[in-house]
Amino acid sequence: MRRITKEFPGVRANDGIDLSVASGEIHGLLGENGAGKSVLMSILYGMHQPDSGEIYVGGSPVRIRNPAVAIRLGIGMVHQHFMLIPNMTVAENVVLGFEPGGLLLRRQEIEQRVAQLAAEARLQVSPGTPVEQLSVGARQRVEILKLLYRQARILILDEPTAVLTPQETEELFVTMRALRAQGKTIIFIAHKLKEVMAICDRMTVLRKGRLVGTVEVGHTSEAELAEMMVGAKVVPASRTEAAKIGEVVLRVNGLTVEGARGERVIDELKLELRAGEVLGIAGVEGNGQAELVEVLTGLRRPSAGQVFLNGTDIAGTSPRAALDRGIRCIPEDRHKLAIVPDFSVQENLILGDHYRPPFKGPGSWLREQVIREFADRQIAEFQIQTPSRETPVRSLSGGNQQRLVVARVYGQGRVPALVVAAQPTRGLDVQAIRYVQDKLLQLSDRGAAVLLISADLDEIIAISDRILVIYQGRLSETSGSPSRHELGLLMTGGRA
Amino acid sequence: MTNIWEVLLSVGLFTATIRMATPLVLAGIGGVFSERSGVINIGMEGMMLLGAFFGVLASYLTGNPWLGLLAGMVAGGLSGWLHAFLSIRFGANQIVSALGINILALGLTPYLAESIWGSRGSSPSVTGLPRWELPLIREIPILGEIMGPHAPTVFLMLAIVIVAHIVLFRAKWGLRLRAVGESAKAAATAGIPVQQMRYLGVIISGVLAGLAGVHLSLGHLSMWTIGITGGRGFIALAVMIFGNWRPFGALTAGLVFGFADALQIRLQGLGVPVQFMQMVPYIVTIIVLAGVMGRARPPADIGKPYQP
Amino acid sequence: MSQETRPGDRPAVRGRGFSQIPMLPELAAVASAFLVGALILWVTGHPVLDTFYHLFQGAFGSWTALGTTLTRATPLIFTGLAFAVAFKCGLFNIGAEGQLHVGAFAAAWVGFALPPLPPLIHITLALAAGAAAGLLWAVIPAVLKVKRGVHEVVTTMMLAHVGILFTRYLVFGPFMAPGWIPHTERIVPTAELLRIMPPTQLSTAIFIALLCALAVYLFLWKTAIGYEIRAAGLNPSAAQANGVPVSRSIILALLLSGALAGLAGAGEVLGVFRRFVDGFSPGYGWDGIAVGLLGRLHPIGVVLAAVLFGALHVGGAAVDRVTDVPRDITVIMQAMVILFIAAPRLMSFIRGQR
Repeated sequence: MRRITKEFPGVRANDGIDLSVASGEIHGLLGENGAGKSVLMSILYGMHQPDSGEIYVGGSPVRIRNPAVAIRLGIGMVHQHFMLIPNMTVAENVVLGFEPGGLLLRRQEIEQRVAQLAAEARLQVSPGTPVEQLSVGARQRVEILKLLYRQARILILDEPTAVLTPQETEELFVTMRALRAQGKTIIFIAHKLKEVMAICDRMTVLRKGRLVGTVEVGHTSEAELAEMMVGAKVVPASRTEAAKIGEVVLRVNGLTVEGARGERVIDELKLELRAGEVLGIAGVEGNGQAELVEVLTGLRRPSAGQVFLNGTDIAGTSPRAALDRGIRCIPEDRHKLAIVPDFSVQENLILGDHYRPPFKGPGSWLREQVIREFADRQIAEFQIQTPSRETPVRSLSGGNQQRLVVARVYGQGRVPALVVAAQPTRGLDVQAIRYVQDKLLQLSDRGAAVLLISADLDEIIAISDRILVIYQGRLSETSGSPSRHELGLLMTGGRA
Repeated sequence: MTNIWEVLLSVGLFTATIRMATPLVLAGIGGVFSERSGVINIGMEGMMLLGAFFGVLASYLTGNPWLGLLAGMVAGGLSGWLHAFLSIRFGANQIVSALGINILALGLTPYLAESIWGSRGSSPSVTGLPRWELPLIREIPILGEIMGPHAPTVFLMLAIVIVAHIVLFRAKWGLRLRAVGESAKAAATAGIPVQQMRYLGVIISGVLAGLAGVHLSLGHLSMWTIGITGGRGFIALAVMIFGNWRPFGALTAGLVFGFADALQIRLQGLGVPVQFMQMVPYIVTIIVLAGVMGRARPPADIGKPYQP
Repeated sequence: MSQETRPGDRPAVRGRGFSQIPMLPELAAVASAFLVGALILWVTGHPVLDTFYHLFQGAFGSWTALGTTLTRATPLIFTGLAFAVAFKCGLFNIGAEGQLHVGAFAAAWVGFALPPLPPLIHITLALAAGAAAGLLWAVIPAVLKVKRGVHEVVTTMMLAHVGILFTRYLVFGPFMAPGWIPHTERIVPTAELLRIMPPTQLSTAIFIALLCALAVYLFLWKTAIGYEIRAAGLNPSAAQANGVPVSRSIILALLLSGALAGLAGAGEVLGVFRRFVDGFSPGYGWDGIAVGLLGRLHPIGVVLAAVLFGALHVGGAAVDRVTDVPRDITVIMQAMVILFIAAPRLMSFIRGQR
């Protein structure tokens, strides 16, 4: 790919990038969140068109207008968020778009072919199962099978390890090496340095849409790569003073949540959290974290168990009750759960407090003056960059939106009793990540109990006072300063 | 005054059931195609009205009801195309766009009727579709009477049910269409042309709705009147939901509603005020929806414009 | 912090729901509708300019015309508000036609069934009855939406037909006044709304409508409950997660919407007809949808759009009388407005932008 440039409204995602990948190698594409890696690869896969630049495959120039063209050229992509149809079977998903035979589907033949292909590639799948019943690791195998079915020679893997435990990641690497031995070329998009050093032959680093450089694995180090990615030394957040741990604020007993098919998503979970403490819960997505957050914030009623906040059982109450009791949340999916994109900054800042004084006066009237002044104060204090308080929040950058969400956690100056932060730094750039982590520590300094749920082990290790691991709806304790290896084992259900 | 049992057990009731179910099933299956591709279409009432009108117009101009059938389907298809064009190309709110088409039909048809025939309420009588009977089945005692004589649109409906099922669930194209409706992004990455499939889905729904309209005008009354569709385009939505977005389901649901409609007409001689009988189909629709929602599941990606 | 205005700057209209250049998409939509209307007229052999002249004359050409236009616009303000309030909560109430029928009948009943009372009381009771009836007609769709997730588009539409049929039964049956015309008894004079512009039928109903528009504005933008309704309409999951009782907001919005539609019918009965007449509504409920959309769901816009559509209809009737162009041309133009409004990007496309 030569001098690829791509602009989206407001941001230049790719700026004159050159990338060359040799056949039969595993090539890492590195960069921070927002560096432009996914965009570059989606151009290669035909999902976007570059504003300028050329692409050459096997030496010949090509125009990849859409994914069908890319597939014909032998390019395949496994996206970060799986592109599978949940209520269709594995076989149907694998052959979609390239079904064998004439007009009609031949179900048996399709399933046989898929089974055969899976056996050859040593990937374990059962063709007739609906995808929605599969685990995350199994779904990824289906995605890879899709590529093999279409005889891809160039495989693009976009952050495949984001959803895997360390052990599952090893299995993926084994598969990748096998594919490389078969002569396939793999482009591995990642931002976890350890993995990239472990598996790649060469790496290209992007930063803020520009190419920083291409290096060989033998000639570089993690530290050097980190510096290339960020442009400066990165210092993770950490406590400046010792934690002041107080009374138990949150006590969860026997919490059980059943999923749609009756399975136990959360299984008799117990935990205790004290004021001033940062409790980190590590775990691979899909082990009950989302449901735990929902129970704590009043969005979900558990099947059994108690959730005591300062002595009162709040299990099964409403979100409003949770807010009234001082539970604040930084949700995982900010667009879905935290902000109303078409509301102004001002209106978003009072969301969650809007029905209470001082914002609400007598008889449901809103006190405009009070709200305006509050909004101005918050914008200043949290340095939310916005043209005005009336600007619709959808115009703000992701980092500024998250600042708004954090500002809401602080509310009107009362320290919340409990702060639930679910993947709070996902998708943010380095400065924003540091900001959020500093704020979480500040909240705990002021006496809030902070529950941090994150799939980012480095983050958890850096700022938590205590770490628990969640696996299949249960929590396991860890030793004082657990290693990544120990955490990884627990995340897959092993014993430390 | 007729006895209710005489009414319920008369063969005529069941014959009427199939006849009245036809437009509902046709439009219902149309809705299935549209929604399975991910586009909401509540404009079938208007598309039906246009199909009914242009079918009659073509028959009026040429004297050939078969050309009328074709014209009605084309009219429906064009209005389907318009809905698709606005929703897919310009990201219009799909419900608003369909409402606009409904109102357009409500205005355009009487306007043209007045311009052409001098009366905005109805057209003159035209050559309608013939009545057919199935040769062998006619001999069977009761079934034979139920199955004929009917307008050809009725038999077309039955054929379309089968063809639609095969296309949607046994053919490659159908698999791809359903994939588009479940997850447009996933389908796109598989190389499927999402917008194109959606256009087709919506145009098919327009064609079928137009055919439903032709059944009402050329297949039944041999003329067009301003109120000829009577809300059936909306009842077809309930048929689609009740049928769980499957052709055979739509057939079952359509028969249920057709039965209610046929019953209502026959019961009018029984001394219950006319208006209450006329309410029956609408009330049945609400009851059905109340009972069925929650168990029925529409395609997952429906209603969201696809932005590559 | 200073905001300098240079000469020639037009201050953008500040208020919710207006784009940066005030009302440009709406004006463009209306203009396009007129263009399409002109095209259809020309294709069917009618004189375009002559027709439009009669259209304007019929709507605005004299005090009588103006009064008639405003009379026609009054129920549209109510139904436009009804549609807008529901839509602000993300809901499609298209059953206003039925809600206004039952509202009209309820108001008429209070008007003729009760003995003469002091006018203020009698009118208030009649209006309340109209609003209550419309509200009741929205209960089933609201409950089904919240409890079963049934889309209100179909339920409100079905109940609209039921409402029309039910009132038709009542007026042809038990409540039919002696004679052959399908209408009820006349309401008692103390229940009448004052005519303010004789000889037109314009009554104080228009003031009530404008008052409702103001009330809706204050409710939606100045109260916490209104804030919740708007939040629930824009992003229900975020609203729910932050303490907004989304179900309650949905029900409130739909019931309020029904009440407003009911008032439309009540206003017609008390101000114009002074009795319930079968077929009194030439589709005010359906028109309300277009009015709400054109008015960008904002009370001020709704009022303006209602006047526009009122003008279209009155003008259309004049055209129908004076020329041989069918009145339905205005319905076609109304549809065009909806279609052009529905596709905002269509407008920029036509204007030659991306």
